[in-house]
Amino acid sequence: MLLVYYLITSLILNTLLESPREIQHTIQMLTLSHVSKHYGETVALAATDLQVPVGETLVLIGPSGCGKSTLLRLINGLIQSDSGSISFDGTVITPANVLQVRQRMGYVIQEGGLFPHLTIYDNVTIMARYLKRDPAWIDTRVDELAELVRLHRDLMKRFPFELSGGQRQRVSLMRALMLEPELLLLDEPLGSLDPMIRYELQQELKQIFGKLGKTVIMVTHDIAEAAYFGHSIALMRDGRILQTGSFKQLAQTPAEPFVEQFITAQREPMEQLARVLR
Amino acid sequence: MNVSRQLVKVFLVLIVISLLHPVQAKESADNITVGSKTFTESVILGEMLRHLAQQTGIEASHQPQLGGTQVLWNALINGDIDAYPEYTGTLMQEILLKENLQTEAQLKQVLASHNLRMTRPLGFNNTYAIGVKDQLAEQLKLRTISDLRKHPELVLGFGNEFMDRADGWPGLQQRYQLPHRNVRGLDHDLAYRGIESGTLHVTDLYATDAEIDYYNLRALEDDLNYFPVYNAVILYRADLEQRAPEVLAIFKRLAGRINAPTMSEMNARVKLHGEAESLVAADYLEKTLKLDINLQVETAWQRFWRHTVEHLVLVGISLSAAIIFAIPLGILAARRPRIGHVVLGVAGILQTIPSLALFVFMIPLLGIGGPPAVVALFLYSLLPIIRNTYAGLKDIPSAIIESAHALGLPPRARLRIVELPLATRAILAGIKISAVINVGTATLSALIGAGGYGQPILTGIRLDDISLILQGAVPAAALALMVQGIFELIERGLLPKGLRMQGNELRS
Repeated sequence: MLLVYYLITSLILNTLLESPREIQHTIQMLTLSHVSKHYGETVALAATDLQVPVGETLVLIGPSGCGKSTLLRLINGLIQSDSGSISFDGTVITPANVLQVRQRMGYVIQEGGLFPHLTIYDNVTIMARYLKRDPAWIDTRVDELAELVRLHRDLMKRFPFELSGGQRQRVSLMRALMLEPELLLLDEPLGSLDPMIRYELQQELKQIFGKLGKTVIMVTHDIAEAAYFGHSIALMRDGRILQTGSFKQLAQTPAEPFVEQFITAQREPMEQLARVLR
Repeated sequence: MNVSRQLVKVFLVLIVISLLHPVQAKESADNITVGSKTFTESVILGEMLRHLAQQTGIEASHQPQLGGTQVLWNALINGDIDAYPEYTGTLMQEILLKENLQTEAQLKQVLASHNLRMTRPLGFNNTYAIGVKDQLAEQLKLRTISDLRKHPELVLGFGNEFMDRADGWPGLQQRYQLPHRNVRGLDHDLAYRGIESGTLHVTDLYATDAEIDYYNLRALEDDLNYFPVYNAVILYRADLEQRAPEVLAIFKRLAGRINAPTMSEMNARVKLHGEAESLVAADYLEKTLKLDINLQVETAWQRFWRHTVEHLVLVGISLSAAIIFAIPLGILAARRPRIGHVVLGVAGILQTIPSLALFVFMIPLLGIGGPPAVVALFLYSLLPIIRNTYAGLKDIPSAIIESAHALGLPPRARLRIVELPLATRAILAGIKISAVINVGTATLSALIGAGGYGQPILTGIRLDDISLILQGAVPAAALALMVQGIFELIERGLLPKGLRMQGNELRS
């Protein structure tokens, strides 16, 4: 009897002791509470709550003007929210600490945003040099990253205009990863590339994310890309997140008719194509 | 990168040097500065005063052809100059017209209230006269000024000063009821050219002008006694009596020594025979006062070199200061749109002020000579640099700016590492425009006594000497081209390699 009691108690205790470990597992990299942004009368982002756990890839998707880029820019402080707060790794982002926080977030945009007057090497190492990191460390890091994104070391001496679009995006990724950021923000990183290179880079990016195990937030308007990358997908429309979940959840249990519309609108042509090819 | 840094360093050193360079030695207690008006007789008399003052062993300089009557009068009152040749009629009928003076004794009293004095008359009356070509006078039977009333079709051209003076055209027209509509103002010395070519029929003469005989002009009789007596005197500051009594004493020796034919002949030697004013003045003093003038005639090269140095100093200081002020203002304008509106607006308004006027506006504030010229040139050089700095920063694609923000670069670093290098081409283009405008506009500095390449141009206009005008105009043009070339070299050094190879387009 006593033995049974002991066993039950220990079981309960064990479960209780287990649960903090569970919580540690889902620690939040980023927490947004009631973050909103208006431009005059226009609502760019209605009050939004969002959590991104460490190590996850969240994809923000939706039609143009839905607020997905606004949300990304709010996260790294490029624009200021009207209300609510954003905390990064447990710290609320304020104007005072935003520069330090940005150094812990890598950011890649569609056009790459490389500095045309600097060599690839200088582009990649600009912050590390500004922060006076050890030159030997910088060199090692550049070699590491060049290998990771599969760029030849010789290209480091070139200027951005001498590189192809795909190469420039790889450089942009190197620059974003240089200081070993905890969070990677990607604003349509493959948007301006032609389909072949885009496909190739998608594969590589996925591998890189897998290798690095970093938290990633990516903006795209392509549902296939979203499904390919995202652990979870946040579908947005008119400054609002309509539904967050895995692609499967969005496809099978759409929260609103628009979610279904948006997914099928992009899937239809692909399936028709598949039928023709068959 | 290294080359560009070197060039920037060299450039900064040049800026500092030119800022340290004194604009123009301001007169100290021991120096005497005399001035003269923009016509030959005044310049000859000014040279005489310089020679005389130097006889006493005091350092003396002459600011030749400084401007019209008002400029000289103000310069004398401000103490920019100590003495200049003037005429009693001009003092009574123009400068001090409101005092309603009748006698020279009254005039002396009023002058004393301005802390000024004048010497006894030098000995000639250089009155105004109205002149026409002999041939035309014969044809139209013109003998007196009243006769002009019958010929309203004649074209009248007067010296600019005569056009506006109380004792000039306005009063003359009223006294004689002249009906002429076609009246224009131009440089006094150029008027003779107009008469000779037939584009003008009637002009104002100075009684001692050498051209009267040379161009076969007839002075019409002043039958209504309009023109007063214009006795030449030396006008000087009262404090000269304490500061340099020996200079004053020797100035006074000129009184009563120059008669009208002598003055007329000296004018002829300069204007018609191309002799230097300095030489003619020295000759006269040696002959009449038995003085031994140690004449140091500048060679053409020395003069050219002096003008070059003067011009370079004016341009160097004003342009450097403009660069130092305008680039930060341009950055401010790009950063703060509201302040930007004001800054660009004010600089734009400054640019619309006619350059000639801007120079003259500086006289009441800063006197004559280098400093006011530098300030005027500085103000004139601001806009192109401010505007191009502003535009250069604004034209940087937003993706690049966003990247710089997103990396976490603080504002200063962003400006230094990203924005300014990308705006380099635009900023340098602005500086180049400013430099070329500056070099050209600096020729006007001679008008307010700052020298430079404008000096030979001014003298050339006065003496109607094209080659003299070219001596100023050609080097000024060459300097403008050189300055442009230098900035192109600097651009080659400064422009980031990535931009140079890429061409004009800014892309990410």
